[in-house]
Amino acid sequence: MAATVRPMKTGAELALAEIFSAARPALPGGPDIAAQRAAAFDTFADAGLPHRRVETWKYTDLRALMRDAKPLAPLPDADAKAQAATAGALLGGLGFRRLFLVNGTFVPELSDLTDLESGLSISSMADALAAPAGLPATYLGRTVSSSDAVLALNTALMGDGVVVHVAAGAVVARPIEMVFVTTGETAVATFTRSLVVLEEGASATFLETHEGPAGVAYQVNTALEMVVGAGASVERIKITTEGAEAVHLATMLARVETGARFANTFFTSGGSVVRNQLLVHLAGEGINAHMGGVSLLAGKQHADTMLSLDHAAPSCESRESFRAVLDGTAQDIFQGKIAVRQAAQKTDARMLSRALLLSETAESCNKPELEIFADDVQCGHGCTTGTLDQQIKFYLMARGIPAKEAEALLIQAFVGEVLDAVGPEGVRTALSEATRAWLLGRE
Amino acid sequence: MAPLLEIKDLHAEIAGGRKIINGMNLTINPGEVHAIMGPNGAGKSTLSYVLSGKPGYEITGGEVLFRGVNLLELSPDERAAQGMFLCFQYPLEIPGVSNMAFLHTAVNSQRKKRGEVELTSPELVRKVRELGKTLGIDADMLKRPVNVGFSGGEKKRNETLQMMLLEPYLCVLDEADSGLDIDALKVVSNGVNALRSPERSMLVITHYQRLLDYIVPDVVHVFSAGRIVHSGGKELALELEATGYAQYQNEAA
Repeated sequence: MAATVRPMKTGAELALAEIFSAARPALPGGPDIAAQRAAAFDTFADAGLPHRRVETWKYTDLRALMRDAKPLAPLPDADAKAQAATAGALLGGLGFRRLFLVNGTFVPELSDLTDLESGLSISSMADALAAPAGLPATYLGRTVSSSDAVLALNTALMGDGVVVHVAAGAVVARPIEMVFVTTGETAVATFTRSLVVLEEGASATFLETHEGPAGVAYQVNTALEMVVGAGASVERIKITTEGAEAVHLATMLARVETGARFANTFFTSGGSVVRNQLLVHLAGEGINAHMGGVSLLAGKQHADTMLSLDHAAPSCESRESFRAVLDGTAQDIFQGKIAVRQAAQKTDARMLSRALLLSETAESCNKPELEIFADDVQCGHGCTTGTLDQQIKFYLMARGIPAKEAEALLIQAFVGEVLDAVGPEGVRTALSEATRAWLLGRE
Repeated sequence: MAPLLEIKDLHAEIAGGRKIINGMNLTINPGEVHAIMGPNGAGKSTLSYVLSGKPGYEITGGEVLFRGVNLLELSPDERAAQGMFLCFQYPLEIPGVSNMAFLHTAVNSQRKKRGEVELTSPELVRKVRELGKTLGIDADMLKRPVNVGFSGGEKKRNETLQMMLLEPYLCVLDEADSGLDIDALKVVSNGVNALRSPERSMLVITHYQRLLDYIVPDVVHVFSAGRIVHSGGKELALELEATGYAQYQNEAA
């Protein structure tokens, strides 16, 4: 038997244990949820903060990157709410149904809960946890199994979030945007957990934006569980523009049933340390799944995308397409694992990650993994790392386009390979413009 | 009348040391069409790159005045805004950038630099479509990414479209006929000829006399070992076709 590594507890780990024991009595949920929390904290306590010897965290040594644990954010006061009301500018004016989560707490008075489409229901996670037979009781922690320490920490400390239910056959045309805002000058920690359930044949689009103050080292641990029923269709776009000193850890767990359509796109340009974990279980036949991501990183930013896609049923098609643009001494990590189980014949999976380095000191790490147990499948992966094509740049300049503008055009095109797949046109345009603004704003 | 372009005792080498342009002199007046002919490796393409400002070449002597301005101090985009246009021998493919967006950005970048009013999208689209029609460039080619999947002829027509749209003072055509069949050559030449005007000059770089049947030059220069070794009228092109470059190469040596 291999010896288990039991490292010394770090300051952050000890602080988290104290935070958990102090917060426990007040955290929402009945005895079952409390038991789930306790078990999850044990999972975390056994593993500790992830470090390099944890394979899925190989390139993001959280034990080194997260030196301390911030106190739990208090309930948002009037000031925080007032500040939060102006958040979400990136997708402003697109007319989406906005739900505000301020310092980890769902704020109904800022949120648009009027004229809910037929079949759509929305509640706060805190309320849903407290209800005896709510959706969390059925689904929470049961969508995709994972023993990830950061997710376990989220389960232990989850305070609030959003629970959305879309009834069978209901088509929610108006996208739902969850605006996550951290405010204030004191560094706090938030643990939000959301749950989205789409019953058979339902359809909806979800956006998530995450932002906060630039000069505050706040910590965000957020998770979303999603159940996509048979024949349902869902698109989710997560935009991370956290403040420059923030640590942002996010997990999405999605269970997708027969014949459903699932799409998820990440757009990351903010935060000091950002981790996006995406665990997708394709449980039924004939699913179409599309996963994409764009990271725009500069300075000392570090972003890590971890994808774990489980093809458990036959005849599913999946596409994974990730792009990173890196400047300064930024680091981007892409770990993409596709497992094709023995039953998953006729799987068609293709993964491509590409990084563009704008400086000589930026770094890109790619770790594609294919685990294939079926024999009649098409699976491919590729990754590239390169710099801007100087010949093409000269061609653009020879037509009168200034250097910076030429670079912006080329990088927008590079990122466009992912953004073109984003459904809502307004979001596509906003993200393309955000890319451009990021490029032109670089030093 | 002030010359449009004056190249005075120009010396240039590839970064790293090999000397390519070796004491070149050339004066082009407004409205003139000059042809530069010469054997492979004479430095003809390098000349076009040095004029348009491609990185990787070092100017070791001499000067180039373009519309009275020291051209060598300008970046490639500034040269373009001054009215310099290089028609590429091998136009590059730009995945993900639509032809129309590229043209729009190019036109307005130049106008902005010159302090002119920028064109609106509808104005530009109308203009591009009109010009495109004369070159057999349809709406689909304008929507597609720049030159991606274009045939050799389509790429050259696309270059011609850019030239007509940007209305430069000096068009440098680098082997404009390479990769073209006779029909495409006619379309491209017609486009170039339509641009001939008393204010606009052309510098046609070519191996073969064939192109000069379509774009008839005022002056023909023989270029060898990095400089002009002989000049004459348009009949010189025919003479070269018959005798080859050998005698001038000796002259250069």
